[in-house]
Amino acid sequence: MSSSIRLKTRTNAGVTTVRAIIRHPMETGFRIDNETAEIVPAHYINRVILKHKGNVVMSCDWSRAISKNPYLSFMFKGAKAGDKLELIWNDNKNNTDSIETLIE
Amino acid sequence: MLRRDTLRYITSGSIMLFSGLLNPLTVFAKWNKAAFSAVDFDEAVAAYFPEQKIQSTEQITIGVHPIVENGAVVPVKIKTDMQNVESITIFVDKNPNPLIANFDLSPDCIGFVSTRIKIQQPSNIVAIVKSDKGVFSKSTFIEVHEGGCG
Repeated sequence: MSSSIRLKTRTNAGVTTVRAIIRHPMETGFRIDNETAEIVPAHYINRVILKHKGNVVMSCDWSRAISKNPYLSFMFKGAKAGDKLELIWNDNKNNTDSIETLIE
Repeated sequence: MLRRDTLRYITSGSIMLFSGLLNPLTVFAKWNKAAFSAVDFDEAVAAYFPEQKIQSTEQITIGVHPIVENGAVVPVKIKTDMQNVESITIFVDKNPNPLIANFDLSPDCIGFVSTRIKIQQPSNIVAIVKSDKGVFSKSTFIEVHEGGCG
């Protein structure tokens, strides 16, 4: 299966912009399934961590009110082309996934 | 018996350590359950920023459309020109749980995050920025035509 994460970077004048999209249902626990007429249990990412060369550069605590297939963007200084960037997520059912990319 | 007990402690200890290693995020876990499950906006803010004075500021920009058709996907950009930003936190005052997300920024980060959130009904989006100078907030009202918490 392909990764749940797409992670892209762009560096301009020493500032790296990171963009990530994670494939995830982000179920709130309020939604009713149209076919079964039952409530779909809450299922959402609650932690996301980004590491630049192994050091945490940014970390997120999320609620179920982040939209389905979450999008995240932020900017940081000090990265060079070819540096390693890693994204790791964890959800309320303790599923986890991660991806590594090289800074562009 | 002593040796057997010792062995047992060592074994259970390493199992705990190993399960910790399996899930790298638990090492950093500090997800604030009280704040995330609060249903009242003031309670959620108080649980996340206990005993801290929050000052309103114009140094934060909340980039969001003032009128939203679909509350399930509302793009939000929070920007600040403040220095030494430690965290950016997003609240929606009328959502079932007003605390939406927190972003901890390392000293290398610029005061900016962008994401997409769900908004149930017309609400104030409140961004709270914590820096070495204190805790600051900015709020903006948005109209929602179709709620996004279904």
